[in-house]
Amino acid sequence: MIKRILTLVAATALLAACETASTTDSSATSSSATTATSGTSTATSTATSTTATAAEAETPAEMMKREFTKVGTTILFDFDSSQISDYARTVLDRQAAFLKAQPEARIILGGHADERGTREYNLALGERRAAAARDYLVAKGVNSARIRIISYGKERPAAVGSNEAAWRLNRRAESVLN
Amino acid sequence: MKTGMRIVMKMPGKRLITLVAICLLPFLFSGQLLAQSQRLYVTEGQIEPIPVAIADFTGLDGLPSDVGRQIAQIISDDLVSSGLFLSIDSAAFIAPPASPDIRPNFADWTPLGAKGLLIGSAFLDNDGALQVEFALWDVISQRSITEGGGSADPAGLRRIAHQIADFVYEEFTGDTGYFDTQIVYVSESGPQNRRVKRLAFMDQDGHNHKFLTTGNDLVLTPRFSPTANEIAYLNYFNDEPNVYLLDVVTGRTERLGSFPGMTFAPRFGPDGTKLIMSLAEDGRTDIYEMELATQTITQLTRSASIDTSPSYSPDGKYIVFNSDRGGSQQLYTMRADGTAVRRISFGDGRYATPVWSPRGDIIAFTKMYRGEFFIGVMNIDGSGERLLARGFLVEAPTWAPNGRVLMYFKQQPVSDTGEGGETHLYRIDITGFNERRVITPADASDPAWSPLLR
Repeated sequence: MIKRILTLVAATALLAACETASTTDSSATSSSATTATSGTSTATSTATSTTATAAEAETPAEMMKREFTKVGTTILFDFDSSQISDYARTVLDRQAAFLKAQPEARIILGGHADERGTREYNLALGERRAAAARDYLVAKGVNSARIRIISYGKERPAAVGSNEAAWRLNRRAESVLN
Repeated sequence: MKTGMRIVMKMPGKRLITLVAICLLPFLFSGQLLAQSQRLYVTEGQIEPIPVAIADFTGLDGLPSDVGRQIAQIISDDLVSSGLFLSIDSAAFIAPPASPDIRPNFADWTPLGAKGLLIGSAFLDNDGALQVEFALWDVISQRSITEGGGSADPAGLRRIAHQIADFVYEEFTGDTGYFDTQIVYVSESGPQNRRVKRLAFMDQDGHNHKFLTTGNDLVLTPRFSPTANEIAYLNYFNDEPNVYLLDVVTGRTERLGSFPGMTFAPRFGPDGTKLIMSLAEDGRTDIYEMELATQTITQLTRSASIDTSPSYSPDGKYIVFNSDRGGSQQLYTMRADGTAVRRISFGDGRYATPVWSPRGDIIAFTKMYRGEFFIGVMNIDGSGERLLARGFLVEAPTWAPNGRVLMYFKQQPVSDTGEGGETHLYRIDITGFNERRVITPADASDPAWSPLLR
């Protein structure tokens, strides 16, 4: 238990270092930008005023999940593509850093597609996207055994709506702490 | 499930009588559609429906019985739903014969324009069994076309009626019927980002609806085995998407094998001993064949691309599938052992979900072009493309067992606030005529048509 808490403190410190990067990046693009920005603002307030209550309400696992969210969990793809964009690299770099700092953490990487494809092809495309993100993390030194990939195809959109703005946010790979 | 429900023909039908007059008129939509999509056109056939008179089936007293009325109504609904028949309003009938043994007075029927006349009896006997007889007459030649009968548990009433409707359909069109069939599909509910999906099962006309799964696990793409006793589908049990087999009779489910990647897109081979599916691993999706008895698999495609949605030809010798190996989604055929791969789709746009017709001569597919989706058919060499249906999203054609009708689903666009998105099943004649919605209790997708049950 004590050991867990200690690692979490370390993680928070690490994240604080990353946050500057994520806020500047996030103004540039994307849905993960929303998560990253809001994450930053709550992070500061939590750290100062409500540390005690938050610590009581949250289990270490929940806390770690919250910290992971601040790293940026989602990367986006172009239509029918599994190419990792430059911006996605910065998000994945932070995920890799987090995972290296948290050697016990495991993630599930979910691959998704927008609704403008057929169901089965999109399942394959989601798998390809998740695999591309995993391969990047592995290349950055994360053990592949810590990452499980799963494709949801077009079944679990992040944004609702039949328009390009929503489709863009749904072509994604999303990392979730296991 | 299938015992004691068989209607037998006493006299083999004379198939040569073909009163159907179908003029296939593929034509270009003028104006708006043409302007929007340039070279694309949707075929629409024009069909002169065959007028038939279907008398209420009579009881022992020679008067229409309750069960007899129900049977006549089901037969009439089936035939009309095909678009190939017109059921003459029974209010115009003068004096229907009191039993199928009595020769009709054709002078009563000719003026109604009827080409066919169906007379029948239906009643519950002392043992509570449903006894049914029928006779189908050719009003023009004043000759008996076919007759038959049988008995069943009263619960089998709808199936008996569907079988008689199939006989009528077969005699007049020369095609095999498809009314005594079932549909398995995915019933959808809940918000668009957290859709609850359940396998559901119903007769082709929407009756006898039942759910096969609870909705706890995401399920997709069910497909019938050639006997209709088993359903292969994709199940996200434990968040591990894999192909499962569901025994329709016992309700037992079984995961098909255990592989490092995800298996999906299952389809049975024509003799039911094999199944083809996709296995996705490390960013590549290939097609595998599984021997069901041993669950051993053989890899059929080996490319870094996405190879999915495989479908056997009815003789089991070929497979049509969807691949992006050439850069975009197109249709390919190969021998069932994976050799002789050949691209067959060359039109504009992307092609997906190919399904080989039970007749063997054409392939149905989903096409995506300029932001729209289409359901179409092409010859097995890729020539003769015809588009039958279109929409914001139409997908997943499945064939009626006679290769004459396609079912698919259509999804409406969703607003940012989650309104819209209605998803329904539709069916259409392969001439592009008679598109009809199939009524389901909730939203519906991924239909699969059963083989003929008899």
